Order: sequence, then C-alpha cells, then structure tokens
Amino acid sequence: MARETPSQTIGPFFHEALIRPGENILAGDDTAGARIVVEGRITDGDGAPVGDALVELWQANAAGRYAHATDARAEVPLDAAFTGYGRGRTDGDGVFRFETIKPGPVPGPGNSLQAPHLNLVIFARGLLNHLTTRLYFEDEAANETDPVLNLVDEARRGTLIAQRRERGGQTVYRLDIRLQGAGETVFLEA
Amino acid sequence: MSDGDTTYPPRDLASHPPALHEAYGSTKARAPSLAPVVVPHTLSELTGPRLGLDRHEAIDADLTRNAVRNGAPLGERIVVTGRVMDEGERPVPDALVEVWQCNAAGRYHHPGDQHDAPIDPNFSGAGSCVSDADGRYRFTTLKPAAYPWGNHPNAWRPAHIHFSLFGPATLTRLITQMYFPGDPLLPLDPIFMSTPAGARDRLVAAYDHDVTMPGHALGYRFDIVLRGRRATPGEG
Ligand SMILES: [Fe+2]
Repeated sequence: MARETPSQTIGPFFHEALIRPGENILAGDDTAGARIVVEGRITDGDGAPVGDALVELWQANAAGRYAHATDARAEVPLDAAFTGYGRGRTDGDGVFRFETIKPGPVPGPGNSLQAPHLNLVIFARGLLNHLTTRLYFEDEAANETDPVLNLVDEARRGTLIAQRRERGGQTVYRLDIRLQGAGETVFLEA
Repeated sequence: MSDGDTTYPPRDLASHPPALHEAYGSTKARAPSLAPVVVPHTLSELTGPRLGLDRHEAIDADLTRNAVRNGAPLGERIVVTGRVMDEGERPVPDALVEVWQCNAAGRYHHPGDQHDAPIDPNFSGAGSCVSDADGRYRFTTLKPAAYPWGNHPNAWRPAHIHFSLFGPATLTRLITQMYFPGDPLLPLDPIFMSTPAGARDRLVAAYDHDVTMPGHALGYRFDIVLRGRRATPGEG
C-alpha cells in the first residue's frame, strides 16, 4: 500500500505552463445545447480579489452524459464536439469566465437524479490543497430535490446557486466565490 | 480494465497539509474557515477530463530544448523521472503530467516574478508529458535554484519543481511540488513544512545514479501516488 503524495500550493507562477488561450471556451460551433456564459469573482477573507487563481470546470454534456469511460450509459448520447473540460485563470479583479453549454441532469446515488451542475476546482497561492465546489443554476426546479444540495445547510445553499441574467444577447450565470468569512462558499469533500 | 474498477476510500487527510498554516502567510486570508461538506461519489466525482497526447508535443518533455531561441539555456542539466501510481501501487497510465519551475538563476518566466535574477531567453520552465503503460514519466530540464519571497524576513523557497497531474477522475487531481534531497532550506520553508511530518519525505526526490546519463545530466527519481485503488476481480 502506497500513501498519497501530499498536495502543495500551485503558487503564483503557473501561467506559462497551465494557461492556454481559449481553453475557457468549451462550446464550439457544433456543440449541442444552450449556450451560456459562466462567470464569477473570487475574493478572500478580507474581501480582496484573488487575481492569481486557476479555475477548472468539468461538466456533463447537454444530454447529461460525461465524456468518460466510467459514465457508460449507452442510452444517453455523447457529443463529439464537447469534452466537458475547461480551464481558466482569474484576472486582476479576481474574475473568471467560461463559455459553455448548460449540462443535462446526471444520476445521483440510488435512483436519484442530480440537478444540472458544473464541477469547479480552484487552485491558488495560499491554498495548500485545491478546493472543490459546484455551480447550480437558479432557474432549475430540480435544485429542490438535488441530493448534494440537500446535504448543505439551507442558509448556505445559495453560495452554490448561480444567478441568471441576459446581457448583450447572452445568457450569463454569475456565481461569486468567497474563500473565507461572511458568505463563505460551501466547498465539497468527496 | 475500465476506470470504473477503481475504488476511492476517503482522502488520506494525514498525507496533506491543513488549509490554514499560519507560517505560510497567504493561507491566513484564503483558507476556508468552515469544514467542507462531505458528498457521495457520484458520476460527477468519479469521472474527469482525459487529457493526453493531444495536449502536448514530445519536445515538451525536454525543457532544455522546448523554448530555445538562440542557444542552449544556462544551468545544470538534470533528468527527473518516476512512476505515477495509485494507492495500491498499480501504475496510472495516460496521466497528463505538467511541470513548471524557475530557471537556474531562480527566476520564473512570468511577469509577476520581480526577483532580481537574470531571465534566460532560452528557458520557459514549462513542460508536459504523459505517463506510459507502466505509469512512467520522464523530463529533461535544468536544476532550478532557490529564490527569495516575501513571506517573512530573509525567506527563500528551496529549489523545487511544480507538478500538476490528472489521473482517471476528478478525485485524483493533484498539484504538488518536488524538492531536492539534502536541501538545507527545507526545514526553513513553511510550504514544505506545512505537510504533516510523516508525509514530507514523499515530496523529496531521490538522487538515482542509474538515471544519471554519463557525460550529460544527473538523474533524480520522484514517484507520485494518486488517490484511489484499482480493484481486480476477486479482490476485497
Ligand atoms: Fe515555485
């Protein structure tokens, strides 16, 4: 039995190796599904922007299937024009942004169904371990019965639910992330 | 064998640093103050991006060559190699391994690095490769130098290489740092020392004379263990 290699902070100097232009754009011309923009601002316990974070996004396609061998449900179609993975950085104001499609619902434990959601992983200087959270959509009735949202204190659930607005012909979902203190985002341990 | 045969016991928390480590100043305003909510392992956790050969070129495993503009980069050539494996010591093949580091003078190719050490025009410090069927990866690079930082008076980071790895699932994602054996700065470094005492030595590469290339480069071995344990039929 081998023990896990410990996590260490990503530090502030990862951009040359990890950031490629356009990798925060998941949806191409041929991708099925409703186009959305996802954005938010990451702040620390003092309310200061976290301008040196890496944010990774992993999601199912519009039909609710992950492009991965473990999701072997042949009856749910894959989308050859969608990998479900994106990577982006925060800018000097702590803002990250993705262009993607709204995912479909995916199975949860037992016979449950999970509401559509994005899986977010956050790395930054000062984070010795990465943080995992989810982004849900405010206009999804399925949020009420989502098995993960229902594990979260009702008072804190809102930190996982993005607000929708229309802007310049685009549908934008906004979710700010607070690493610490008042309104602290719910982070997940799986 | 598909990834679905891998099981994930709870994360081995004794192997990882705490969120808050006061000696590392940046954790003070950034570490969450509340415990994470423990969630079941659904498809969202058991799947993850399969990034691989399409993401990099073979030359990106050689940092002494992948950013050359007008000559060889300056510094001591080294080889860093090892196995990516799971907690059951089984190889993790097809894992994307991305690395970044400062140059041999202690300066990153990054606009945010204001350290007064020379930039090397022939060295970006960024590389990548994919583990083979036995989980093996291999980089040729330059030995990074120590560099100062503002954490506390006279603070210096020990020489290190940053590693980013994708295993089979979101649950296996890891970013870490590799250090060099015998470095006197290790016990003075709050990032290294944030790691629990029993786990720290896993971050230190071993000098390996069998990896050393005669007349060319010293060799270091650094094995990486990702979360998870691949099951075989009849086991457990
Ligand atoms: Fe570094």
